[in-house]
Amino acid sequence: MKIKGYVRENGAVGIRNHVAIIAASVCSGQVVNAISSQVEGTVPITHQHGCSQIGKDLIQTERVLVGLGKNPNVAAVLVVALGCEGVVAEKLVEGIKGTGKPVETLIIQQEGGSLKCTEKGVRVAKELVEKAASAKRTEVDISELILGMECGGSDTTSGIASNPVVGKVSDLLVADGGTSILSETTEVIGAEHILARRAVNEEVANDLLRAVKECEQRAISCGVDLREGQPTPGNKAGGITTIEEKSLGCIYKAGTADLQGVLQYGEEIKGKGMYFMDTPGQDIESITGMVAGGAQIVIFTTGRGTPTGCPIAPVIKVSGNPETCKNMADNIDICVADILEGKETIDSMGEKAYKFLQEVASGKLTKAEINGNREMAIYRIASTF
Amino acid sequence: MARAIVMKKNDNVATMMCNVKSGETVNVTGPDFELEIEARNDISFGHKISIRDIKEGENIIKYGESIGSAVMNISQGEHVHLHNLMSNRGRGDLVKSS
Repeated sequence: MKIKGYVRENGAVGIRNHVAIIAASVCSGQVVNAISSQVEGTVPITHQHGCSQIGKDLIQTERVLVGLGKNPNVAAVLVVALGCEGVVAEKLVEGIKGTGKPVETLIIQQEGGSLKCTEKGVRVAKELVEKAASAKRTEVDISELILGMECGGSDTTSGIASNPVVGKVSDLLVADGGTSILSETTEVIGAEHILARRAVNEEVANDLLRAVKECEQRAISCGVDLREGQPTPGNKAGGITTIEEKSLGCIYKAGTADLQGVLQYGEEIKGKGMYFMDTPGQDIESITGMVAGGAQIVIFTTGRGTPTGCPIAPVIKVSGNPETCKNMADNIDICVADILEGKETIDSMGEKAYKFLQEVASGKLTKAEINGNREMAIYRIASTF
Repeated sequence: MARAIVMKKNDNVATMMCNVKSGETVNVTGPDFELEIEARNDISFGHKISIRDIKEGENIIKYGESIGSAVMNISQGEHVHLHNLMSNRGRGDLVKSS
């Protein structure tokens, strides 16, 4: 199976051709947005972090920013820093540069303030876009794809229809030699024993069980019922009662493939097959982690309906709720509600969704891209100091 | 007729595929499974209906797995949700009180 993608300097395959303007910290976000708004072909990567972080939490934020820059959907990068933040611009550049793609840096304090930095940044970004624009799509094997799998605004149709359809897509991609990532550790609580049985070895099974246990312990340490926040109010209105029920529906996204390994949040994916990434259940943070890990494309199931996207990876929305498919048609790419009526099967809709995935990988825009959804959030594992 | 889907044969709840009013008949289908029951509450699309009598403390089974415990006796045809089904996971509230 073939797709049309951009083969990058290091051989990695991108399916979009963005110039990413990455803020090293919250302090350079305004300049990043100002530059990006003036240069077509760029995407702003802004966030609330990058300063007064320590230890594993700082390392994780750096890993994510480097990972987003390295993602093959990104043709070139401009890092914009204030100059005194904890996430050091040079470190980001160093991390991204190994891919061979052009990486530039601007420091607001060195450029003489916001306006001067923006002016220079616009010129730098335009040069990067001009260079990137000459990249051509060529035919490559679908095995180059890393698929991030997400569910959000779930209801009980997610476990019955849309998640099993994504499971079929994952199985088809893995059978074709590609890679898929299940995520959202919170949404494995209560279903971990099933997933662990599919691990390729005991070490992987233990990694998964440990990640889930740690996640549950963090929730318990808050001294309240996890149900205050998970399932969410919308999940409950849609008929999901407990985290176990949500999780058992969630893991259908992983299809039937063996579990090859458990990745840290934002960790680079190097192997093929189905992986699990330790991310929170919050959609945007979870997607950011998978895309930082190298996912070029995301498939996202929803029952209640949700508009969210990602700055650098197309996000395909799949819903099994017939009302949502009508009510939020502007946001849903694939409606699989006919499965509930028995008019379609999980296999038939899975095949259709896989074909859609190939089209998106070859350039077709998703609703989230057309609507301009570029949500960005980084999962934090310690407080700010 | 109102319809509900059961995911696995040993489940004790099914998912409503339409809104149903109390007293109406619900046709429950699934893998090797077919049953007609009477709804004892108004139940919305996507919400769960018990397909047999469930005792307090018993596991509620969906997808062939436990999704929590019944906090009271639940009769066949009742709505199963937050009021009568509790989660057994992530219960920081129980740790605090013990």
